[in-house]
Amino acid sequence: MSGLAAQPAHHDKGFVQTYLWSTDHKVIAMQYLFTGMLMALIGGFAVYVFRMQLAFPGQSVPLFGRVSAGQYNSLVTMHGTIMIFWVAMPVLLAAFGNFLIPLMLGCDDMVFPKVNRLSYQIFLLSAVVLVASFFVPGGAFGGAWTAYPPLSAKAAYNLTRYGATFWVVAIALEFTAFLLGGINFVTTAMNSRAPGMRMFDVPIVIWMIVIASILFMASVGPLIAGAVMLLFDQVLGTGFYDPATGGDPILWQHLFWFFGHPEVYVVLLPAMGVVAEVIAVFSRKKLFGYRTIVYTAVATGVISFFVWAHHQFVAGIDPRMASLFTITTLIISVPIAEMVFVYIATLYGGSITLATPMLWALSFVAEFLLGGVTGIFLGAAGSDIYLHDTYFVLAHFHYTFFPIAIIGAFAGITFWFPKMFGRMMDERLGKIHFWGTIIAFNVIFIPLFITGAAGDHRRIFDYSGFPDLATPGLQHLRTTATMGLLSLLAFQPVFFFNFIRSMVWGPIASANPWRANTLEWAAPSPPPHGNFAELPEVYRGPYEYSTEDREEDFWPQHVPDDSPAPAASAGGGW
Amino acid sequence: MDVPTGRLAMWWVLASETVIFGGLLGSYVMMRLRHGAWADQAANTNTWTGAFNTLVLLTSSLSAVLAHQAAERGDGLKAARLLRCTILGGGVFLMVKAFEWTHEITEGFTITSGLFWSFYYTAAGLHAAHVVAGMVIMFIVSLTAARNEELHRVENVGIYWHFVDVVWIFLFPLLYIAK
Repeated sequence: MSGLAAQPAHHDKGFVQTYLWSTDHKVIAMQYLFTGMLMALIGGFAVYVFRMQLAFPGQSVPLFGRVSAGQYNSLVTMHGTIMIFWVAMPVLLAAFGNFLIPLMLGCDDMVFPKVNRLSYQIFLLSAVVLVASFFVPGGAFGGAWTAYPPLSAKAAYNLTRYGATFWVVAIALEFTAFLLGGINFVTTAMNSRAPGMRMFDVPIVIWMIVIASILFMASVGPLIAGAVMLLFDQVLGTGFYDPATGGDPILWQHLFWFFGHPEVYVVLLPAMGVVAEVIAVFSRKKLFGYRTIVYTAVATGVISFFVWAHHQFVAGIDPRMASLFTITTLIISVPIAEMVFVYIATLYGGSITLATPMLWALSFVAEFLLGGVTGIFLGAAGSDIYLHDTYFVLAHFHYTFFPIAIIGAFAGITFWFPKMFGRMMDERLGKIHFWGTIIAFNVIFIPLFITGAAGDHRRIFDYSGFPDLATPGLQHLRTTATMGLLSLLAFQPVFFFNFIRSMVWGPIASANPWRANTLEWAAPSPPPHGNFAELPEVYRGPYEYSTEDREEDFWPQHVPDDSPAPAASAGGGW
Repeated sequence: MDVPTGRLAMWWVLASETVIFGGLLGSYVMMRLRHGAWADQAANTNTWTGAFNTLVLLTSSLSAVLAHQAAERGDGLKAARLLRCTILGGGVFLMVKAFEWTHEITEGFTITSGLFWSFYYTAAGLHAAHVVAGMVIMFIVSLTAARNEELHRVENVGIYWHFVDVVWIFLFPLLYIAK
């Protein structure tokens, strides 16, 4: 394994070496987690400002002031960009991936710890570039997070010449960081499993993170090429996306969504994996259909490369192509629905404990289901042409992305918090935070389905110029959504308070407080540099809960069989 | 499957690089098929210069293979020398490219002279950036290899260099031969 991690831990390395320049996968995971949480605050502030503008158009927003149309565009763009690329990706993929992969595979670190450190540093640089774009002349990029040309390519249209270029550069850096991280994840999972851990002894969350990394690596390339072309269009004046020179703006949409749709699964799969772990532990039951989940995830990944043009039904694509993409889009809902059924089957007959992580996991299944069902309307070209670019679309993808990026992340953080920091979180505060967040979330987005179906276009700064939309009924729904948002934001300090207080003063956690099976719980809480005092060996799959003829209702992977029965065969490989 | 970790990671690097160039060249091919007029612009590229550079690049891969062979035998010094031959090949490639581009730019064919030229400079430029990166990495590897250390890296950097070759083998016909 890594030469660096094999050295004994140095506890006198100083703050910088320990927390800022570390090659330890757990420290890097925390760096990603905290950067992601910090970026979530910025993304959250952006949504606060522009939702206030939508509820009370033209009035001064507390802590911000009057919102101009240009600022509105910047805030909307940055909210989407930050929440997807700088919150969902670093928290779900990078933070959980870095923290869990070596621990759950029973090794001491990633195979390339220095590459791992470099990956975070490039990610941090990308975040700095993105945040810096708020302060350049003209402000942050205002061409929406999808950056369609010609809006994104021509400063005369987006009015944010420098912001647009900063945006492209930040995105490119971020992709580089995740490519480096992804190579590390996949290589570690393939080559560094504990002795005895076969392919189908790997916990589901690791499978999901690895499949997501491969999806990312396979889909992001065309967009990197597309970003280079967009950058040249902006800076050098080429015309890749300009019809006047023979270019084609639709080309960007193809390149963007060829990545953009698999990207949904890049963040969804890790969240699904986190939920699988939590559900199995808190149902005290063997995860239903382990192999089915793995095969389904692989199938989802493959199908996700064939659905991208459902974002382009109104972009003038051939109607025959539209029917093809309608069919593939409807097909991809099958494996995801199957996974949801598998999770429900795991719950069936289990002895369920409604601890905070479990509440988050269950709400993930419930809320994501709504997101998936409303997606059917948008995947079918006929209804999409009516609903395209309305708040219905917005509400739909928030019903998918909020469960992924927020609910999934909270499920993971509350579940692995004892392992991360060696202390327990407060359950009562956790539940207050949970209910406040979940109820408020639905109050925000249910009204937006209605306004969207009534015709509210997504990118309108002030509805007063549209008599059909500026009705008191619709305005009332918009205000309700904003009130939901305000209460959602009001409940988040509960989490931060709980997080920080538990980190410092929480009750000390044992190595395995949830009585779980996977290998990370065999390490001390928090695990030291190098993770395990003695590298574990694996004797069975990760979900042997409530096995018959055993006193304990769990059977950790690293505990040898009691009987002299033949042990699980030695490790094969991929 | 017992692939050594370094080589395994290299294959994953190349997999993600493949889709980057795939996206760029795919876009180029799709657009070129729709624009017959690009042939007039393409007529101005110098096929013979491109052919010479193909020869140089392929030859430089030969010394990378020989370096791998030497490293397998444990002869780090020879491997390092052969890697430096490959670096030299990369240098010649870039020099030819520099003269070629200077000539084309003085003729008035810049990156904004039309979409063919935009693709020409972008694709070849992205490839050239990979050549430069390969030369730098190879130089670093040759330093450790000369001390007989980390000899497995000789093979890994060789794999990368072959990939750079393969990309050029796609670029050459697409940008120079197709007129």
